[in-house]
Amino acid sequence: MAEMMTAGVDVGAKFAKVVILKDGQMLARAKALVGFDVLKSASDVFETAVKDAGLSRGDIQRVVATGMGRNAVLQKPPINADESVSEVVADAAGAYQVVPTVKTVIDVGAEEGRGIKVEGGKVRDFVINERCAAGAGTFVEAMARALEVKVEDMGPLSLKSANTIPMNAQCCVFAESEVVSLIHSKISKEDIAKAIHDAIAGRISSMVLRVGVEKDVVLIGGCALNPGFLAPLEKELHTSIIVPEFPEFVSALGAAVIAANPAR
Amino acid sequence: MKAAIEVKEYPSEPLKCWEKAKNLRKDYYDDYLHAHEKGGLRWAGGAWSFSAIPAGLGEDVYCITGEPYGATVAFFKDFASKCHDATEAAGFPRTLCAYMRNYWGSILLDKYILTEGTVVDGYPAPDFIWQDHICCSHGKWYQLVKWLEKKRGKEVPMYSVDVSVGYPSDFSSEEDYKVSYIVEQLNDGINWLEKVTGRKYNDSLLCDAVWNEIKATSLWAEVCALNQAIPAPLDEKSMYSLYVMGTLMKHRPECVAFYETLRNEVKDRVERGVAAVSTERFRVITDTQPPWGFLKIFREMEKYGAVSVGSLYTFGLIGMWQYQPDGTWTPKLMPPRKPQTRDEALQAIVRWTMHKPEWAHFYEPELKTKMMESIVKQWKVNAVLLHYNRGCEGLSLHIAENRFGLIQAGIPVFPFEGNMGDERDFDLAGTMARLSAFFESMGLKKLRE
Repeated sequence: MAEMMTAGVDVGAKFAKVVILKDGQMLARAKALVGFDVLKSASDVFETAVKDAGLSRGDIQRVVATGMGRNAVLQKPPINADESVSEVVADAAGAYQVVPTVKTVIDVGAEEGRGIKVEGGKVRDFVINERCAAGAGTFVEAMARALEVKVEDMGPLSLKSANTIPMNAQCCVFAESEVVSLIHSKISKEDIAKAIHDAIAGRISSMVLRVGVEKDVVLIGGCALNPGFLAPLEKELHTSIIVPEFPEFVSALGAAVIAANPAR
Repeated sequence: MKAAIEVKEYPSEPLKCWEKAKNLRKDYYDDYLHAHEKGGLRWAGGAWSFSAIPAGLGEDVYCITGEPYGATVAFFKDFASKCHDATEAAGFPRTLCAYMRNYWGSILLDKYILTEGTVVDGYPAPDFIWQDHICCSHGKWYQLVKWLEKKRGKEVPMYSVDVSVGYPSDFSSEEDYKVSYIVEQLNDGINWLEKVTGRKYNDSLLCDAVWNEIKATSLWAEVCALNQAIPAPLDEKSMYSLYVMGTLMKHRPECVAFYETLRNEVKDRVERGVAAVSTERFRVITDTQPPWGFLKIFREMEKYGAVSVGSLYTFGLIGMWQYQPDGTWTPKLMPPRKPQTRDEALQAIVRWTMHKPEWAHFYEPELKTKMMESIVKQWKVNAVLLHYNRGCEGLSLHIAENRFGLIQAGIPVFPFEGNMGDERDFDLAGTMARLSAFFESMGLKKLRE
């Protein structure tokens, strides 16, 4: 039987991610920042992944694109994606591939948070945050700038705090003002970092609860790499959460899985 | 999507009575504007007000109903934006009813918009206000209109009928003491109308108007019931331009005549298998007023072969319905005969109106969920799109509970946030993206870009 080589391209708000699959096994993955020229950014990442896999574009039978910039690569060289699917559908397929017992997927990326009820890799219900970045990765970045802390240090810093300080602002911009007020009130950076992560976890959990939480719960997207976010989210949802390896690639993986099953 | 998908195509054709609908609506706004030139009277009030009552003052009495006017403003986004700016500059918060703010903005700007978007100078003040009161905004809306007109030097008398008498939980008959409570207010209202207009009231005109209203609202329900057919002869986007007649002039003979013509045409479409959307393969219903400035979301649905066959809102805002003993939801049967006296007319219109489906969920969310479930079943609906409408406190009341009820009944639901009258509360790109995700999750693929 001929080998099936597919690729999934996730053109997200901040990063483009590519996964190359061979008969369901990940051969290569790559990611890079998305610039103003979305097609070029995604194409560069795609070429890196193809090269890392030791392949050429012609070796890949089908490519499926996902993410908010997916239409930029649909049927456009050099990627020439054959099909595009929404992030929700790709997330469900990808999470099912890595955790077959998954029932709830939480995807928190740069600018969107999603909660998805899943059955056998198919979407049963979903919810997406509306018009607000205060429950997504961009929020952490903005707050890291206000605290003059590297974004990757925010999570570990927050875990050093045992205090609970409420952050009530429901808007990224106003939350920044609130953080500045806390700084002027001589609240420690650890406590403020924890307050920020608690606030994000609170917003994401209240959104996910709208579709209901059923185990196994899988957290994916860039924010899944942030330990300061995982802890309060588990607390808010009163459940343990599985973070798969390479959580930021799960959506691209899902697209590659879908590419391998065109008649799904 | 790359691959072309083969789907069955139904024959489709435009509605023949479309121009008639457009002209009726145009004439309505023109008639109100020019009423004084013809020696007539102008009155203002809500679409749910008992419009048959002022009809007893004469055949030259013209009204402007507030919600449809607010929706017309919303459709023309530039003018709507100016109205919002004006109301906010006057100190009103943007969280209030969006129709109400559009209406007030029009008065504050002293400009009146016609159906095709022409904005004329000078907002035509009403001679009196005749309103009903069911939600938080309805009564207050016109208190503010009165106040705004007073600031412009015109004293506008106002009468509001309280209809907040509840809704029978089991959809049973109306209780007499509730009927009397409203009938007495209408009786007093007639005396008030005579006093403020100086005109003698004509009970015969009242009886005609009440009978027209009963016929028109029954006919509209008949039209909606015909949409149970596959393919659906009407899509909801078109229905918006048709149900509106019932919100403007439900008591007038033109409305009855139009709905008779429409009913006959839709019946003919059903018999010939004519579809509103030729590629129909997935049927949805929506809920509450749509975001009027963004009706293109309905065209986006069609790209997936999805058609909205209506909603409790489109069916029940004006249409009157009832449950049959077998549990089916059908157009409400008209009373056996036309009323002959003032008392008969008032009793008839109150008993009829108390069954308005869109009143039910002001009281109990389960009533609305039950009616939506009936629509899903009888209209063969695949999914429900719920508009979490930030612009209407009344009709959005309990909507999240309706979502839970529908999901528990196994019905797929897609909620989206928006605003019927304020485009700042609607994210078109985001909503389109989420809608695509929803259709994909339902196993649909785009048939065309």
